[in-house]
Amino acid sequence: MKTPLHSWHVANAGRMVDFAGWQMPIQYKSIIDEHQATRNSATLFDVSHMGRFVFSGSDVESFIDRMTTRKVAGMAHGGIRYSLVCNSDGGILDDILVYRLGTVDGGDQFTMVVNASNRSKLWDWLHSNVASLDVTIHDATTETAMIAIQGPTAISVVNQHLNIDVNSLKYFTGCHAEFDSVPLTVSRTGYTGEDGCEIVVTADAAEKIWTDLMTHDGVSAAGLGARDTLRLEAAMPLYGHELSESINPAQTNLRFAISLKERDFVGKNSIVAAMSDDAAAVRVGLSLDGRRAAREESEVYHNDEKIGIITSGTFSPTLQTPIAMGYVHPSATKIGTELFIDVRGRKIPAKIVQLPFYKRK
Amino acid sequence: MNPEQFLYAESHEWASIEDTDDGKVATVGISAFAVEQLTDLVFMELPEIGAVVESGKEFGEVESVKAVSSLYSPVDGEVMAVNTELPDSLEILNEDPYGGGWIMKVKITNEETLAKLLDFASYQKQCGQEG
Repeated sequence: MKTPLHSWHVANAGRMVDFAGWQMPIQYKSIIDEHQATRNSATLFDVSHMGRFVFSGSDVESFIDRMTTRKVAGMAHGGIRYSLVCNSDGGILDDILVYRLGTVDGGDQFTMVVNASNRSKLWDWLHSNVASLDVTIHDATTETAMIAIQGPTAISVVNQHLNIDVNSLKYFTGCHAEFDSVPLTVSRTGYTGEDGCEIVVTADAAEKIWTDLMTHDGVSAAGLGARDTLRLEAAMPLYGHELSESINPAQTNLRFAISLKERDFVGKNSIVAAMSDDAAAVRVGLSLDGRRAAREESEVYHNDEKIGIITSGTFSPTLQTPIAMGYVHPSATKIGTELFIDVRGRKIPAKIVQLPFYKRK
Repeated sequence: MNPEQFLYAESHEWASIEDTDDGKVATVGISAFAVEQLTDLVFMELPEIGAVVESGKEFGEVESVKAVSSLYSPVDGEVMAVNTELPDSLEILNEDPYGGGWIMKVKITNEETLAKLLDFASYQKQCGQEG
C-alpha cells in the first residue's frame, strides 16, 4: 500500500521499505541528521500508515471504554488518551490513541488511531465485541493522510497556516481546524519526545500541506528510522517490541494507561492478577558501556544468571551512548543496577537507568 | 589510491593488491556504495593483528544506528595491520572510503581466491542493480 505522500517520498530520495504492508521511507539521507533536526528544529513525518477508525452509534462511549485499559468514558470533548487494548487474558493486542474530537458540526464522535501492523487484527477484534450494541466502525485510513510535525519550532510553523493557535491546545487534546482554508483535525500529540502536533486531512489535500510546510526554514522530512530512535530516547513503547500479546500491561511500566477504579474492561481480571505477580519481568531502560548497541532479543545477565531480554536498542544520537529497553526480573530493576548484556556473543556491561532516556527542557 | 584498479567482493569490500618482498598484500576496506547504503555509522570492530582471515568469512563488524552488518574478508591471509584510527573517526569512511578509510592489510596466503573478486566495472554494475 502507498500513502498519499508516497510519490513525494520517492521524488525526494526517500529510501522506501515495506512496513506492515505499506511502502514507507525509512530515511531520506541520514537517520542521525533527521533525528537531530527533530530535536533542534522541526521535521515532518508521514504517519498515514497508522490505522484510523471512526466510530458512530449510541453505544460507542461505553463500548470503547470496555475495550480499553484506560478510562475513556466521560472524557471531555477535545480529549485524547493513550491506552492499551487487551484480550481477555490480558495480552496486549495494541496500543492506541482514543480521540473525542467530535464532528465538524460539533456533534459527539470518537476516533481511534491504531498501529499499522495491528489494523486488521483490531478491526476484527473490535467487531467481534460489538455484538448487539449500537456501534458502527468506519476505517478511514486510506481516505485520509496523517502528518506529524515535531520539534521545538513545529508549533510556530504550523500556526502560520492554521486558523487556531496550537499553543492553546493542551498536550493530548485536539480539535477541528483549517489549514489555509483546508479542513482537518489537529492534535498536540507525537511519538518523538518533542513538542509538536499531528494532523489528519483528506488524502487529496495531503501533499499540498506537506510541501507548504516544507517551504519553511528549518523544516525537513524525517523517516521511520529517526522516528524509532526518537521514540526510543523518549522511552515510548513500540508494539511488536515492548508490547505484544505475551506481555501483560502490569509489566509495561505504563501504569498511567490502566484505570482500575469503578469500571470493567476486557482483560481487567488478568491485569489485576498480574499486578501482584512478584516474578513477572518488567520494562526498564538500560545504558551500555562502549558504542556497541544491544538489539532486540539480546539477553540480559545479572551475576551470570539470565534475568531478562532486550526489546529495542540503538545508539542514541542525542546521548551518544547505546541505549535499550527490555524486560528484566523485578529484583534487578533498581536504578543503577549493574548488569551484562550479551551482544552477539560478547557480554557488555550495562546498567539500569531512569526512563525516559531523554526529556525535553 | 585508484578505486578503478581495486578488486571487489559482492559483499561490498574492496581489496587493493600490492606486490611486496613478502609476497602479495591486500589493503581492505568497504566501498563508497556500502558506506552510503549503511549511513549513520557508530561502531566498527577491527580484527586483531595476526588473525587469520578467509575469503567470504566474517572478519569484523560495522554498526549503524539502524543495524549491525558483518564485514567479510575478500581474501585468504593473515592480518598484518589494522587502521586503529578508524573506529574513533568513522566519518573518514564517508570522506575517503578508498584511502584513509582502509580497514586492514592482509598478507595473502592463497592467491586463487582473488579470481572470485569482481573488477571495478563488474562491481559498479552490481551496485546499479542493487541501488
